[in-house]
Amino acid sequence: MVARTIPSHANIRLLAKKNLGDLLEVLGRWGTVYAPVEKQPDVYTFAETTDLSAIALGYLRTALPPKRFMYPPEERLYNFTLSKGFEEPPQSEDRQILFGVHPCDIHAFSILDLVFAGPYPEPRYFKRRRRTAIIGLDCLPDVNCFCYSMDTDSVERGFDLFLTDIGEDYFVRVGSSWGEEVVRACKDLFTGLKEGSIEEYKRRADARSRMFESHVEMSDMPQIMELEFSNPLWEELGEKCLSCGSCSIVCPTCYCYDIIDQFDLKGDSGSRTRRWDSCLFKEFAQVAGFNFRQDRSTRVKLRYYHKQIAFVEEYGRSSCVGCGRCIETCPAKINIIEVLNEIRGKKVMSHAG
Amino acid sequence: MLAERIDARVDPHKPHLARLIRIDPMVKDHRLFQLRFEDPKLNDEFTHKPGQFVMLSVLGVGEIPVSLCSSPSRKGIMELMVRKVGRVTSALYALRENDFVGIRGPYGNGFPVDDMKGKDLVIVAGGLGTAPLRGLLWYCLDNRAEFGKIALLYGSRSTKDMLFRSEMESLLNRDDIQCLLSVEKLDDEEKDTWRGYTGLVTDLFRHLGEIGEDAYAAVCGPPVMYKYVLEELLNKGFDKNRILMSLERRMKCGIGKCAHCAIGYHSSVGYRYVCIHGPIFTYWDATNLPEMI
Repeated sequence: MVARTIPSHANIRLLAKKNLGDLLEVLGRWGTVYAPVEKQPDVYTFAETTDLSAIALGYLRTALPPKRFMYPPEERLYNFTLSKGFEEPPQSEDRQILFGVHPCDIHAFSILDLVFAGPYPEPRYFKRRRRTAIIGLDCLPDVNCFCYSMDTDSVERGFDLFLTDIGEDYFVRVGSSWGEEVVRACKDLFTGLKEGSIEEYKRRADARSRMFESHVEMSDMPQIMELEFSNPLWEELGEKCLSCGSCSIVCPTCYCYDIIDQFDLKGDSGSRTRRWDSCLFKEFAQVAGFNFRQDRSTRVKLRYYHKQIAFVEEYGRSSCVGCGRCIETCPAKINIIEVLNEIRGKKVMSHAG
Repeated sequence: MLAERIDARVDPHKPHLARLIRIDPMVKDHRLFQLRFEDPKLNDEFTHKPGQFVMLSVLGVGEIPVSLCSSPSRKGIMELMVRKVGRVTSALYALRENDFVGIRGPYGNGFPVDDMKGKDLVIVAGGLGTAPLRGLLWYCLDNRAEFGKIALLYGSRSTKDMLFRSEMESLLNRDDIQCLLSVEKLDDEEKDTWRGYTGLVTDLFRHLGEIGEDAYAAVCGPPVMYKYVLEELLNKGFDKNRILMSLERRMKCGIGKCAHCAIGYHSSVGYRYVCIHGPIFTYWDATNLPEMI
């Protein structure tokens, strides 16, 4: 049997796990590193750190998605004075590195890109996007993960480096010229592929895809939802939903916003602020004298239809990435996996837990 | 990556200072605001399509979408008709001539005036619905040779509720437009002088002359009006694709991002943002968008 030579892939490297701390330190010299840390038992957040011992490498999902690094919950758009009008406050130029971003959240950034581009591109978002590096990290699903159904369980682009655990090493995919620079600058930390690395990578990918317990069949979903526009389920969800907006806040692709103006105390100057909004809030479609979405059920329905039909039509895919945050967060226990399966007329598989 | 290719140097949210050069009280709680950008270059360059809107900022209070009710054929000054209904409009009413507001735009699709050229046009307005239609009306009259027959059907509650009354009545003297005006209730002192009809705007259809097969209709008015007006238009043989209506929704951005004005959903029409896909929609859109009217 001919021994198989190890193919050399320009965009694939190995990083020995013991070198990860050193890599973080190098990254810290380039910009501020934000990585997942356990803030409370089982509650994770992206926080500033380059300390490997503080980083929760095995985290599954952060409570809030990393969208806030590109699109903050609240941001001042302008300062104004009555005589000079609106002026943009200076924006930070600081470089930031998001370390340990999972595939679903990387996909979510690509989705936000589509939204903030469009006929009127949003400069603040794209400025942040360009001064942000993304180091992806693979993960193993729990019962609330359905990225496999949403075709977001793996990523081909949208990261600078992507780390997959293959035992002693991380299998590192280089996704940008910046990522390549990092690899070149840290020659000692990275090596080429070893015997069996690719096999191990494939074995892990297979094992991972078999771990998904929750599935939603997404083919024809827009058509099916259109047919189910009058399904009583929407009324039932309207009864259950508390209109708290938590699902929007934790959603990595929800982007609705409100704009709020305020005077300073002196009364001749002030500011205009943009703030995350939610389509579940009662005032969302309120105009003077009329509310186009008075009923909670029409608002819950809007959220589903926007993500599963409207977005598909406008951008070619659903804006849901299957991260499971809304399931984990909803105080009324509305479960998107169950809702979508019920709409399809499938018996809901119960995953109590 | 898309993020690297996007040219995002222009800030679409930034309003420009505009001066209120004239404020005319119209009927109760309706005022016509004439504005001009402070930057003369901007003022020269500003143009719009009839049916488009601007985002108007009252500094420190908020920003609202307002239909442009002036015609792009009359450049240099923009006119906005604003009804006092909420927080921002009340603050606008507290401003005086020469005060500043912020303006950005124009936004929205506007009326498809190029497609409408050479065809007959029926404009149906009720109440404040004249605001987005007035720009279209004057655009067509200022480019009269480019359009077929033009008819205006305008209904209001009484002569006191009529917007642009003298302007509308002056059209009665023109022979290049069929102007049909109606009021639901006519005051006694007007019995001998009123040159219009009494009744509902739908009653005016029986006076409407012969209309071409490929004619357009533009409709705007209170929600209660649509059902009956649309029925009349279908009876007259109008194509659903040529019945145009202007919609109103809550908007925070005007540029297809904040998602407040979303309406949906039917695969034949799709999901729409009133701000960038509208505010002008066809009746065909409306019959396929269950949330539209």
